[in-house]
Amino acid sequence: MEALDIARWQFAITTVYHFFYVPLTIGLSALVAIMQTMWVTKKDERWLKLTKFFGKLLLINFAIGVATGIVQEFQFGMNWSEYSRFVGDVFGAPLAMEALAAFFVESTFLGLWIFGWDRLNKKVHLACIWLVAISTTLSAYFILAANSWMQHPVGAIYNPETGRAEMTDIVAVLTNSTVLAAFPHTITAAWLTAGTFVAGIAAWWMVRENKRGRKEHADMYRSAFRLGLITMIIAGIGLAVSGDFQAKLMFQQQPMKMAAAEAMCESHPEGGTPFSIFSVGDFTNDCENVKHLIEIPGLTSYLAKGDFNAPLKGINELQEEYAAKYGEFDANGNKIDYSPNLTVTYWSFRLMIGWAAGSAALALAGLWLTRKKQSASAKWFATLGLVAIPMPFLASAFGWIFTEMGRQPWIVAPNPNGLPDIRMLTADGVTTAQGAGVVAGSLIIFTIIYTVLTTVWVRLIWRYMAHGAPETVTDESPEANPDREKDADAPLSFAY
Amino acid sequence: MTLEILWFILIAILWAGYLVLEGFDFGVGMLLGILGKKEKDRRLLINTIGPVWDGNEVWLLTAGGATFAAFPEWYATMFSGFYIPLFIILIALIVRVMGFEWRSKIEKESWKRKWDMCLIFGAWAPSILWGVAFANLVRGVHLDENHQYVGGFFALLSPFALLGGVVTTLLFLQHGAIFISLKTGGEMRVKARALAGKFSLASIVAAGTWAVWAQVAYSSAAWTWAAVVVAAVGLIATFLANAKGREGWAFIWSAVAIVAAVVLIFGSMFPNVMPDINGLYSLTVENASSTKYTLTIMTWVAVALVPVVLLYQSWTFWVFRKRLTVDHIPDAIGLPSLSVPKAELQD
Ligand code: HDD
Ligand code: HEM
Ligand code: HEM
Repeated sequence: MEALDIARWQFAITTVYHFFYVPLTIGLSALVAIMQTMWVTKKDERWLKLTKFFGKLLLINFAIGVATGIVQEFQFGMNWSEYSRFVGDVFGAPLAMEALAAFFVESTFLGLWIFGWDRLNKKVHLACIWLVAISTTLSAYFILAANSWMQHPVGAIYNPETGRAEMTDIVAVLTNSTVLAAFPHTITAAWLTAGTFVAGIAAWWMVRENKRGRKEHADMYRSAFRLGLITMIIAGIGLAVSGDFQAKLMFQQQPMKMAAAEAMCESHPEGGTPFSIFSVGDFTNDCENVKHLIEIPGLTSYLAKGDFNAPLKGINELQEEYAAKYGEFDANGNKIDYSPNLTVTYWSFRLMIGWAAGSAALALAGLWLTRKKQSASAKWFATLGLVAIPMPFLASAFGWIFTEMGRQPWIVAPNPNGLPDIRMLTADGVTTAQGAGVVAGSLIIFTIIYTVLTTVWVRLIWRYMAHGAPETVTDESPEANPDREKDADAPLSFAY
Repeated sequence: MTLEILWFILIAILWAGYLVLEGFDFGVGMLLGILGKKEKDRRLLINTIGPVWDGNEVWLLTAGGATFAAFPEWYATMFSGFYIPLFIILIALIVRVMGFEWRSKIEKESWKRKWDMCLIFGAWAPSILWGVAFANLVRGVHLDENHQYVGGFFALLSPFALLGGVVTTLLFLQHGAIFISLKTGGEMRVKARALAGKFSLASIVAAGTWAVWAQVAYSSAAWTWAAVVVAAVGLIATFLANAKGREGWAFIWSAVAIVAAVVLIFGSMFPNVMPDINGLYSLTVENASSTKYTLTIMTWVAVALVPVVLLYQSWTFWVFRKRLTVDHIPDAIGLPSLSVPKAELQD
């Protein structure tokens, strides 16, 4: 393997791992904030128990998101230094803003929240977790603005003298239509992930507590379940709407990605392009052997243009257009293949949508079983709760694999509606200062460490989930304990 | 002053903030292996920085992001060139984060020992390597005409660079020991103070040698002698204040010494951001920087946000100002083991 392939694998592995945990952090911090708000406003102790329970799971997860995030900040420079030189003037800005505006708030106020139960006034303490929830969401916005610029460069010009992209309009970069679509989609994906997580765990516990005959406890988990359920429904609708919008944008901005997502080699000038649900073939990028087995007529045309009869271009036609526009050969005289890997693009798109089925099943079963203030006790429902939890995680991962692999061979895809000079092939973005051996070594070690940490993460989450919410909780706030200040030796309410 | 120079200064400030703040975190981490003989002692040490370590670390992420935004060429050359040291630092920071958050989750001796190792390694490795990296910036590295680093890994390990690693390690040990004596009570406070005195003496010798070496051999300016003097005053004052038991002052002086070291490092490079050791292809504040437009935007963002960050981070230190002793550390807070007992899974 060449340094390029290794660097690509390294980016894919470290980023997919990072984004495996991040959706849960984004969504769960908001849900924990809601739980704590319920406790503070309703003064119902059960919400405090739930806050503590899910708060602990949030912390277990948060740490690994941070740990894998640190690598992200530096690996553009380490493995993609030529890319960094080319885009830094534009791309660096949202990254620096993310650290200044979001990471500082998030890390500082999370520390205050973890250790502040007995130090901070109740309302201030509650504000801390809300600030964490808001700033994790904000951090997603900035990083998505950076990513969207790679998908669809705007607000910049190409400077032939310096040979790089230079920013001319920060507002355009931050309000790129691509990020305006990707942000709601990614955030609702995060909510779906966290909603399913909370609902799944609560469903499992609700059934068990019902079996044990502990009505009071079952009711508590029922409340958590309903909270997760509502989140899932809102998020599910939001995902479909924003996803549909993204597909339409993608068709304008990266038509090749859309064609690849359908493994659609030939154009459909007459319109009515079908959506294929299942295909077989060797998916070599020559398009010879793809057979679409199950298709929904007209749906792809509809996804792309909101019209079942819209004509669409296939990969072969687009390849010729790209070759005419951006050149047929690369610097070494090899023919450039402008289409991404079809197998990956086709299947990752379907797996993104498909894995949401777990959440949908849990939501529908839950709506039915917990209607009219009932509390579920069917064993299969408990199992369904647990089985559904990993699915939205996988959906997100595949969504990103689709987005990023579908962009290939570009690292900065050209914007077809202007700025033709701002574009870069992935092969030209990679670091040249290090040999393949060094990068391969770091790839292996990162992969081993991330895999070990993920194994521990799974076991820790499982362990704490199986332990359940605390049986008793006390209100540790200074208001409830006016004497504590005088008692200099009182143990901390929380310590590592 | 041009925007490029302003951003050079701002990045120096971010690094100074990082090294002062994470400096004591690293110090505490390294001392975990030395002062943490009993479990409760170790937990006491970890909890002195428990609420703040993550906020401190973000100074690094901001320095990285700001370098990317303001000096993309510098970001690209430095991080691709210093690949191996940076890689080791990243591994160290990863296992360290997990150590903080996961260690207390399971009350098992073997589990805790493993995370202790991570915390300790996670403090030693970056303490040494940041010093090595910065000393290389001061000394200059091999760059080619495309501003690519061409020196290889072992060229980074010159005696001057290795001494730089010793200096940061000793400074952080001193800084961390003083922080512990400031934040704890009882026996720990006494022990930490005694150690701080020793590290402080060693720092004076090592840092003094290194600073004079840097100034004489590599600095491009005379005014950076002032930084050398301030660093020396800071270190001596740290020693004296610590000996007198003025922990707060000792901490402030130790911070002053670290800031002076950063001023020396950045001042001696200026106007280069990454000097070529042969003086031909150096990256400078001019040829490595972003456009005026980007720098202007980033200036507004920094002016608006950095003061706010300072405000709420200071508030955090105020909220957790109380000294801790082993009596404050609650008993076991984790679950007894990582595997779920059968009994818990039965309905
Ligand atoms: C729980 C996760 C999840 C679910 C159920 C869906 N998505 Fe999604 N999707 C993502 C999670 C995701 C993601 C991981 O968050 C991505 C990657 C990049 C992005 O902006 O969001 C994404 C990207 C993404 C893109 C690519 C945009 C681009 O490359 O520019 C499209 C077209 C869609 N989605 C469309 C949909 C449709 C039509 C869905 C069906 C209702 C759908 N997604 C469900
Ligand atoms: C939002 C911020 C993100 C940015 C700025 C970003 C940027 C990049 C860059 C620079 C590369 C390497 C060059 C290339 O191969 O094209 C890349 C590749 C990749 N990224 Fe992302 N990425 C982001 C998010 C994600 C997420 C969240 C995931 C997955 C969960 C992801 C998955 C991948 C994969 C799988 C590749 C490899 C594609 C390939 O080389 O074929 N990315 N991304
Ligand atoms: C859509 C993609 C991404 C989103 C939504 C996202 C969001 C987040 C969030 C919410 C955190 C908080 C901690 C946690 O994960 O638990 C985090 C951590 C981090 N992320 Fe990402 N991230 C993404 C991709 C990236 C990329 C591509 C980078 C590279 C620049 C990056 C850099 C970081 C860093 C440095 C941290 C650690 C911050 C800390 O110490 O608190 N992230 N990210």
